Amino acid sequence: MDDTRTTTKIQELTYELKVEDVISKDIATVSSKLPVSLLRDILYKKRISGVPVVNDGKLVGIVSIEDFIKCLEQGEMDALIEDKMTKKIKTLYADEPLVHAVMKFEKYGFGRFPVISRKDKKLVGIITKSDIIKGILKKLETAYHDEEERRYRASHIFNDIIADEVFLKFQYYVEGKNFDRAGEAATGLKKTLYRLGLSPEIVRRASISTYEAEINIVAYTDGGEIIAYIDPHQIKIIITDKGPGIPDVKKALEPGFSTAPGWVKELGFGAGMGLPNIKKFSDKMTLRSTVEKGTHLEIIIKLSDYRNGE
Amino acid sequence: MKLTKIKEILEADVLTGKYDPEIEVQIGCSSDLMSEILAFGKPGSILLTSLTNIQVINTANVADIKVVCFVMGKIPDENIINLAKKNDVIVFITKLTTFESCGRLYKNGLKSCSYSNLDK
Ligand SMILES: Nc1ncnc2c1ncn2[C@@H]1O[C@H](COP(=O)(O)OP(=O)(O)O)[C@@H](O)[C@H]1O
Ligand SMILES: [Mg+2]
Repeated sequence: MDDTRTTTKIQELTYELKVEDVISKDIATVSSKLPVSLLRDILYKKRISGVPVVNDGKLVGIVSIEDFIKCLEQGEMDALIEDKMTKKIKTLYADEPLVHAVMKFEKYGFGRFPVISRKDKKLVGIITKSDIIKGILKKLETAYHDEEERRYRASHIFNDIIADEVFLKFQYYVEGKNFDRAGEAATGLKKTLYRLGLSPEIVRRASISTYEAEINIVAYTDGGEIIAYIDPHQIKIIITDKGPGIPDVKKALEPGFSTAPGWVKELGFGAGMGLPNIKKFSDKMTLRSTVEKGTHLEIIIKLSDYRNGE
Repeated sequence: MKLTKIKEILEADVLTGKYDPEIEVQIGCSSDLMSEILAFGKPGSILLTSLTNIQVINTANVADIKVVCFVMGKIPDENIINLAKKNDVIVFITKLTTFESCGRLYKNGLKSCSYSNLDK
């Protein structure tokens, strides 16, 4: 971003943001009937340089650290705040655009302005220059994140492609017996589905299912592959390997049934919950297997809530 | 419960991830069996485990678990930290036992990923 574009963006934001968007609302106030000596604690503890003076919610003045020091020098610590405060004060309305605040700071050179509501003139907060800077930075940051998200969102893809039928296909190869790489396919698919703009719940179900299936390939076979087909209505994930196959498919599907060797158990799997988990998180699951030939697992997750490119 | 409070209760150190004290975590789960976490863990929860391998991070990632806390003073190795960093999983470590970690959080009001709402 070049300099002129940055400045225009910031100027734009000062028109877009309202004073109330950036002000500190949790502020200390004092009543005008108190002695000046009480200011010491407030100014010192809160590390602020001025306090609005408020009676019954109504702003009547502002008293600053300079006022306090003057009283200290002249031995007037018992004087009432109302006699030492500035009464003619410049204020801002909460619903004014931020640019008005910027202009007032330039014009008067004050450190802060009390902010009041237009309706009942009650004090709602205080604004300092650093509030303005913080507010703008925060807004810039969110704008940046939104832009990032949008760039990665490919959710409009089904709308932009013109064909009678569209399938997206993502293919992943899974190494057998290599636990260091187990999970790469599932987490890769997860990121991809998320970028397509699918709902977090759908993405979660698809990635948990894929992950358990991937763990099985790693644990029980010499390798295999995972292919995900996505169309506007469903995600279909096909997980295949070339053996050893499952002798009793019905039994393998039972919760708790496991032939997992010790090294699989040590890694946090192998309690016979993998296939039941896949069943739980998918809308349809089909398992076919031939001993020595291999295993074929098909998982379907329906996209009823597919957010069509909004 | 704010993450800063969880950190304080567990006397935990932050190893990696975008730690933000203001992050809200409502639910906790604990197991050394990752299939159990996949089945019962809830999105946005904290996982306490004494298992230290990269599959803990992968599990947290696919199950949308925000924070992993390794208990009993176990220090995860570099691969685990790197994977967590890459996937924005926040990693805590604590010297407390699993039992005490869970007990303290539960006593302070963190909810369990209870059996009653297991359905997807
Ligand atoms: N792709 C596969 N190839 C061979 N056997 C498998 C495969 N997937 C699952 N199995 C068998 O089915 C059993 C149950 O699988 P699963 O429900 O994932 O539980 P776990 O992996 O914890 O044992 C496994 O123990 C294994 O015997
Ligand atoms: Mg399994």
